[in-house]
Amino acid sequence: MQKEKLETAEDIIICQNVHKWFGNFHVLQGVNITVKRGEVVVVCGPSGSGKSTFIRTINRLEEHQRGNIIVDGIELTNDLRNIHAIQREIGMVFQQFNLFPHLKVIDNITLAPIWVRRWSKEKAVQVAMELLERVGIPEQANKYPGQLSGGQQQRLAIARALAMQPKIMLFDEPTSALDPEMIKEVLDVMVELARSGITMIVITHEMGFAKEVANRIFFFADGYFVEHNTTEEFFINPREERTKSFLSQILTH
Amino acid sequence: MSGEGVSGCIPFKGVDMNQRAAMDEHRSVVPFWRNERVLKVLAQIVFVILVLAVGAWALTNYLERGLKFSYSFLDEEASFDLAEGIEFSPTDPYARAFLVGVLNTARVAAIGIVLATLVGLVTGIARLSKNWLVSKIAGVYIEIIRNIPLLVQLFLLYFAVIMKLPQIKEAFVLPGPVYISNRGIVLPWPRVAASFGLWWPFLVVALIGAVALLIIRGRSLKHTGRPSFNLLWVVTPLVAVPVLGWLLIPGNPLLLDLPEMVTKSGGVLKVEGGTALSSEFTALLLGLVVYTGAYIAEVVRAGILSVPRGQTEAARAQGFTNRQILSLIVLPQALRVIIPPLISQYLNLTKNSSLAIAIGFLDLYAVSQTMWNQSGRVVEVFFMIMASYLTMSLTISFVMNIVNRRMQIVER
Ligand SMILES: Nc1ncnc2c1ncn2[C@@H]1O[C@H](COP(=O)(O)OP(=O)(O)OP(=O)(O)O)[C@@H](O)[C@H]1O
Ligand SMILES: [Mg+2]
Repeated sequence: MQKEKLETAEDIIICQNVHKWFGNFHVLQGVNITVKRGEVVVVCGPSGSGKSTFIRTINRLEEHQRGNIIVDGIELTNDLRNIHAIQREIGMVFQQFNLFPHLKVIDNITLAPIWVRRWSKEKAVQVAMELLERVGIPEQANKYPGQLSGGQQQRLAIARALAMQPKIMLFDEPTSALDPEMIKEVLDVMVELARSGITMIVITHEMGFAKEVANRIFFFADGYFVEHNTTEEFFINPREERTKSFLSQILTH
Repeated sequence: MSGEGVSGCIPFKGVDMNQRAAMDEHRSVVPFWRNERVLKVLAQIVFVILVLAVGAWALTNYLERGLKFSYSFLDEEASFDLAEGIEFSPTDPYARAFLVGVLNTARVAAIGIVLATLVGLVTGIARLSKNWLVSKIAGVYIEIIRNIPLLVQLFLLYFAVIMKLPQIKEAFVLPGPVYISNRGIVLPWPRVAASFGLWWPFLVVALIGAVALLIIRGRSLKHTGRPSFNLLWVVTPLVAVPVLGWLLIPGNPLLLDLPEMVTKSGGVLKVEGGTALSSEFTALLLGLVVYTGAYIAEVVRAGILSVPRGQTEAARAQGFTNRQILSLIVLPQALRVIIPPLISQYLNLTKNSSLAIAIGFLDLYAVSQTMWNQSGRVVEVFFMIMASYLTMSLTISFVMNIVNRRMQIVER
């Protein structure tokens, strides 16, 4: 039933033939993807294939050199107004957390709402506390990030990104830097988030998470999306040889 | 080690007498040259004895030669002239001559520290600029300046640049007017006039207004997390109230003293009025600022680079502007790394100002040299020199350490 709703929803992210070079190195070689509003998309693929680079072009942490990227109807060009408008719609969670070490947990969350969204401090703090409840660490509000465990830090990073009330959340290997026993607490938060209806692109090799909440899985290799499919089909009937060998590698782990 | 039963000795819990005896024995077995505690104390005793011995030797030597140690000469007439700094005439005592030197050093160091910090901050940020030309120019400046001894640079500045400026009769005149010649720079300077007595209350009111605004701003910053108005508004009463006062009171409280070229008897040209920076002061200040600025630029660059790239990226992903990223996220973290080496650079600048003697600027050291030549009081004067530099250095360290502590508290 949810699937049908998605079919009729408009596309929130459209990438058409996106290319990027680092010097002579051709990282993105014609990336095409369309993500629907509310869809949860998992991206997997071999190391160094350009997954991070791709996801970072969507919110302009990297500049693409050819092709079109359209986010919620706004085209990503050199126009600073468009760039800021798109960045406001997108929250991002990094592999290395990238929390602000000089600010308390609560201030990590309220900084952007106060300075970028121009909210009053009361409102920002109230929203921040709700988010801390949601990710399960309200008692940590007055600590510094360095005093939290890895799993708590990543949950804080998710809360920080959510504070700007984005329509889209990007995750770049959010659990890769975590010890095994902390992975689940972060994935639980992400599963809850996925079910809340926000659009998500998640780079991850956590296939359990993919099976649980992803609408589609994309396989990225050699600078483009080799194939994509619904979650069920992707594991049972991979079409390309490249995908099959990759799946056999990660699933035998 | 006295025997057992010493009062105040804490008994070992749960250790019976046999074991305890064994432990005591074990401890007493360690020969003193291998006992860390004993060695530490011994080293300190030896060091104190050495210092005392050298001191006593120096003192007996000094006294055996019939020399006295006395500061009575400070009240005597100096009978030499000093061309730089606060007013001084040859009939003034040595004490005042020394004060002239101290103030000259303090002036060049204080202005030098402020300017070198600005130069360093701008150059350090420019060095990291994405603009190739800007970063290249900053890089070349830093490399050249850091690889030439300061003494050489001062000579070059003084003899090859300042001394090669035109003579006073052909001085460059910049609008102002500012006269630039090989005798130095003469600038317009405000002078207090008769009606200043009516005007200064306005200055006090302006200051109170500005401080009040700062406090209000601080409150709102604490309350809302964001200042309720721009820092520029604090400047408004500072400008508006004095201007209002100026319009209300009769006459001008300040007169701008414009320098002017005049011909003295005998056809001698002279620039009178305004305030003059001697060519020696200009050369020394420029030299110290350019030299220390290059080092501070490297300190600033290292500080900014010490903040991981992920910080900037996380901030950009949240939609902060570049200026907000620098002031809210990068600089607060970079300053922790920048301030400690910055203190050393300030101390270096202050001590390097003693190279003034090479180009004839009358700083603390140069004046002192004249003092001991004339009075023969070498040892006394040297103690005064050392005490003066020590006082300045400790003041700088003290102030900067307070700043540093505040930074650290904000961080933790
Ligand atoms: N700033 C850069 N300059 C030059 N090359 C880069 C830069 N960033 C990434 N690369 C290169 O681009 C390629 C793709 O990098 P990217 O980080 O996107 O890979 P990835 O698929 O995310 O890999 P992983 O799974 O290891 O995170 C790599 O070969 C990397 O070395
Ligand atoms: Mg990656």
